[in-house]
Amino acid sequence: MDMVRNEVRQLNPEQYTETKALDHASQQARQRNYQDFLIVDVDAHHYESESYKDVFSYIENPVIKMEAMDSMTRAGRSGFLNNQVGYQSLGGRMTRHKNRAFFKARGDRHRDVDWTLDWMDAMGVDYSCMFPTPMLFLGLHPQVEIEVALCRAYNHWLCERILAQEPRIVSMLYLPFNDPEWAYRTVRDFGDKKGVVGFMVTSPRYKPVHDNAYMKTYALLQEMGKPISFHAAYSWDDRALATTNRFISVHSLGFMWFNMIHMTNWVVNGIPERFPKLKTMWIESGLTWAYCLMQRLDHSYMMRTSDCPQLKRKPSEYMQDMYYSSQPMEVPDDLSILEATFKMIKAETQLVWSSDYPHWDFDLPSVIYDLPFLKEQAKRNILGANAARLFNLDSKPVKTIP
Amino acid sequence: MPECFVAKASELKDGDRRIVVSGPHEVGVFFKDGDYYAYSNYCVHAGGPACEGILVNNVVDILNGDQTYEGQTFGDAVHFACPWHGYEYDLKTGECIGDRKLRLRKYNVVKRGDEIFVVI
Repeated sequence: MDMVRNEVRQLNPEQYTETKALDHASQQARQRNYQDFLIVDVDAHHYESESYKDVFSYIENPVIKMEAMDSMTRAGRSGFLNNQVGYQSLGGRMTRHKNRAFFKARGDRHRDVDWTLDWMDAMGVDYSCMFPTPMLFLGLHPQVEIEVALCRAYNHWLCERILAQEPRIVSMLYLPFNDPEWAYRTVRDFGDKKGVVGFMVTSPRYKPVHDNAYMKTYALLQEMGKPISFHAAYSWDDRALATTNRFISVHSLGFMWFNMIHMTNWVVNGIPERFPKLKTMWIESGLTWAYCLMQRLDHSYMMRTSDCPQLKRKPSEYMQDMYYSSQPMEVPDDLSILEATFKMIKAETQLVWSSDYPHWDFDLPSVIYDLPFLKEQAKRNILGANAARLFNLDSKPVKTIP
Repeated sequence: MPECFVAKASELKDGDRRIVVSGPHEVGVFFKDGDYYAYSNYCVHAGGPACEGILVNNVVDILNGDQTYEGQTFGDAVHFACPWHGYEYDLKTGECIGDRKLRLRKYNVVKRGDEIFVVI
């Protein structure tokens, strides 16, 4: 029950906390009794760039480490790491991106642990899968060895400074996919670390997922029972996307584009037949792309089975065995369209809720919980039980909603 | 319907606002260009604190007479943006800019002497 409240507030950014900023999310959590069941967020973020000095200290190669450390002293000039043009904060309309600078850690643990737990509790989340932010573009770095070096440094840092400190925060670790041998070694070296529930490929990159060089990595992931995920992002440097002139355009298309390509290559080349127990997840492309691609591939497959002779079923049937993170969930005015999408991807068992918090288009659990066409058990599956099964998490709720 | 005290009029500068909480109600009260406006603080999108974001004028694409594009500028309409996701609302009407069929609940504001009240 909410307490009876009577107050007049002024806006004071210096008093910003996640608990205050997400007070309305906590109201939703209490009204919907989230304390009674598990909620797992399979895609959330922190800003690892705020900890680069610390992360860079984990770089193993001494030459690259020296270059990285030196780059810290020349902010604003040519960078050691690549980045993307973008204005997610909409000119400051999303105030949390600026105001979070006022957040203060409470104890000895890394600031990101306290900050993450605060927003998780406010939303009613029990476990959250933490991903980086600027590193989502690292697959476009022209120097493959930099991707490898930073990936390993970040993974070491994340395991030691975050995952080992807080059991409610887990991660699917970054795979340096542009170097297949180092991708394999990353799974081998980090697969058993505390809080590592899988591995993640950042989607903006130009490597075909069906290249023979990746087969031993897929085999190892399958053997370890760890899922592989493809986390979407955009590239405004992509030749086609470079013709767009607004962030809404490059974001709407880019976050689907790379995953549509990887999914097509993944299915057409029979990866699900070669590794039938390898669990695969597609992150942050929304849902409409899958609904579209299933129909598109099935239609062509019936005429061109000779193009994909490894397949024993229609492409959509393989896609229905995969997992999809929900955010940014497109919610049309006509909910029967969304209901059809849920049916197409077998949402009750394959859809896993994600917030993408604190990014600009984050979703709350209510985006699933308030859908009128879902039964209570289906809601609970999507919000937590499906992910708990995928990540092998305890199903008992552990959050404290403010 | 009860009147809830907002602030003394002399305390509110142009562009200032207060969030009035009364039981289950949260209302954002704005003072802008000599007028008071009050709306529900729950965004029509995801329930975010709609009245707690920035005030910003509408953005306009400048087109020439031959329909060629010249650039962008700000127009005269004042909007406020929900800080969660950027849903924008017309300050004068509470209408959601992306779909004007959607609007925030509007509340009456009354001034008694130097004191401002919102009727909830």
